[in-house]
Amino acid sequence: MVNEDLNVIAEKEQAARKKIVIRCCMAAGCMSSKSEAVKKNLEQAVNEAELSDGVEVRGVGCMKLCCEGPLVSVDSQNALYEKVTPENALELVQTLKGGNTGIKRGDWNHPFFKKQMSIVLANSGEIDPERIEAYIAVEGYQALLTVLREMTPKQVVEEMVKSGLRGRGGAGFPTGIKWGTVAKTESAQKYVICNADEGDPGAFMDRSVLESDPHSVLEGMAIAAYAVGANQGFIYVRAEYPLAIKRLQTAIKQAKQLGLLGSSIFESPFNFNIDIRIGAGAFVCGEETALMASVEGKRGTPRPRPPFPAESGLWGCPTLINNVETFANVPPIYRKGAEWFASIGTEKSKGTKVFALAGKINNTGLIEVPMGTTLRQIVEEMGGGAPDGREIKAVQTGGPSGGCIPAQHLDTPVDYDSLMKLGSIMGSGGMIVMDDSTRMVDVARYFMEFCVDESCGKCVPCRAGTQQMLHLLEKILNRKATGHDLAKLEELCDMVRHTSLCGLGQTAPNPTLSTLRFFRKEYEELLQPEEFGRYENGEARALK
Amino acid sequence: MAAKTLTIDGTQVSAEEGATVLQVARDHGIEIPTLCHLEGVYDVGACRLCLVEVAGIAKLLPACTTKISEGMELKTNSERLQKYRRMTLELLFAERSHVCAVCVSNGHCELQTLAYSHGMEHVRYDYCFPKWKVDVTHRLFGMDHNRCILCARCVRVCWHIEGAGTKNVSGRGASANIINDLNQPWGQSDSCTECGKCVMSCPTGALFHKGSTVAEMVHDRDKLEFIVNAREKKQWIV
Repeated sequence: MVNEDLNVIAEKEQAARKKIVIRCCMAAGCMSSKSEAVKKNLEQAVNEAELSDGVEVRGVGCMKLCCEGPLVSVDSQNALYEKVTPENALELVQTLKGGNTGIKRGDWNHPFFKKQMSIVLANSGEIDPERIEAYIAVEGYQALLTVLREMTPKQVVEEMVKSGLRGRGGAGFPTGIKWGTVAKTESAQKYVICNADEGDPGAFMDRSVLESDPHSVLEGMAIAAYAVGANQGFIYVRAEYPLAIKRLQTAIKQAKQLGLLGSSIFESPFNFNIDIRIGAGAFVCGEETALMASVEGKRGTPRPRPPFPAESGLWGCPTLINNVETFANVPPIYRKGAEWFASIGTEKSKGTKVFALAGKINNTGLIEVPMGTTLRQIVEEMGGGAPDGREIKAVQTGGPSGGCIPAQHLDTPVDYDSLMKLGSIMGSGGMIVMDDSTRMVDVARYFMEFCVDESCGKCVPCRAGTQQMLHLLEKILNRKATGHDLAKLEELCDMVRHTSLCGLGQTAPNPTLSTLRFFRKEYEELLQPEEFGRYENGEARALK
Repeated sequence: MAAKTLTIDGTQVSAEEGATVLQVARDHGIEIPTLCHLEGVYDVGACRLCLVEVAGIAKLLPACTTKISEGMELKTNSERLQKYRRMTLELLFAERSHVCAVCVSNGHCELQTLAYSHGMEHVRYDYCFPKWKVDVTHRLFGMDHNRCILCARCVRVCWHIEGAGTKNVSGRGASANIINDLNQPWGQSDSCTECGKCVMSCPTGALFHKGSTVAEMVHDRDKLEFIVNAREKKQWIV
């Protein structure tokens, strides 16, 4: 495989493109509402209407407005059809012949689409994720070619540092620095791991990327492997994502067939293979040291750092671990240059961020916005506010490790540092909107219960501390707690945060702490007076 | 090996490169409490009792797994650390059922000793009282999960000193527990070599030799009667 071969594939693919393309969303969300049958009926209808010479029905990745799925778009009409059923597929195809349809039409000019900026999701909803030719036709694997032909590994790392990309898994560690550390560590064997163990409740960004554009992740991993000197990669993906796993397997197979993975990639001395490891559904396996233990076939529990994976990771070898979205950002950076990427976003947070918008909001789905977009723009303009005319009360980011940002702070720009200041985190991209019917103590209890379930049980503060915190939160909710209990809860939050072994425990108190910070009154309203539980004249004091 | 100089609780000490904070502190008579640490097997940093403050690092670091470095300034016993340690101990006591009065290890239990030395007068958290089983299927040993603190010392000893690989951790969070082989009764374990090293390693009374529990205390009154009968009535058969 050389440059010309890549061009031949791209040209062939472009030549085969039919005049009209009907795109049908084939990501997990739409497929759960029968988009597979929709696609089948669309194809049948096109054939029956004898339009197949000029019309192509294409299964594509996520088209973003998940709440209105199954989604179908027709490029010649510049139309987006929503909630398409297998039954009205025929009607939809008839519109190409001038027929009318009552199918709900979406608006491409709505802020939900207009305000998006697609880098990671550029191919999502556009190309067929199951065909490598489709990816190559949109400049796929060009970045890898350029990197292998024209750049030294050192230059690749420098370019990444210049781009200012920070890890999209949640903590926001500068990617270039991480690459540089692994590159500098001397070892005959190094590994690259893609963390696709997306586990935050309400988060589905990484799943969508894998389902919609798996090759961008493979290409990103290959570039990273070249930069750090690795020859083996692993994608650690959770078993709950069967479609993502299937598409990754297809993508890896296709890339190997074309010589874009394997030995002597692009006829260079660079070899790189990728294998998939399927996680069995433990949240803690998203933590990098636990993830590596799991890849090695051991019990997925974290270990103290240092040593960091960059020095001693998988089987003791230097290992680079990045998240799905981070890798998906890599090919565009090398195609368009680090300066281009660094010009997007804010001073300290470059590029875009994909969010999974969910909860009490009108438009749920996937959005990609430049860093620095305010929460208000996201939830009110793009998300269309809360349903039934209710008020938005808070936005939760970062899942069980994050916090609740109250409505009065909606003008906060979304970047790593601003969210941190508010006691939340960027997280991997889950964004759950809550309206005024939500009780914040309930929210804290929900996330604490999640942490109790997901604690691996290795260290005492996380294992036993979260149990006690959950117990105290339940006591408060049952109106059986006093100010003493609240003080105990806060003391435990502080202790668990500072003494837990890994990120899971260290951040488990965050939802509680942030709701305490902004909604303390809701806790206090549930408290009983200090005398509660004491006996008076032989009888327990009545509840408030 | 190069020597490193560091400060522990205001005292300057020097030690060999590669040593852990815990080793160096103990060599110099500075006591840092531990539960999951055991000489002879690798450290896992799980109990969080040995956390120390290192100047310039925001996070608390476990002394057992942290290597010393030149110019390191450590605090091993600050008020904050004492508070956290006491809380950790309280959490352990509340998590399972630790009733010293009826425990085989009463008086020689590391958990109990630490509770005394850390002034843990009472437990402020509600006891969870989970109902764990006691496995007495083994010929020689027993395991009372109610007294287990999941330090996993027995697991490491079993795998890395004995090399049998019988013990393991199963489940997660509150339901994490020590298992034998593929989670079968200890007595049915094929791999257990009956070496008893796990019992030696246990910091509490979770693992014990059979016959040593409170309930197994035997007074053998029949024997007295037998002797008296033999002497007085010349009856030798009971």
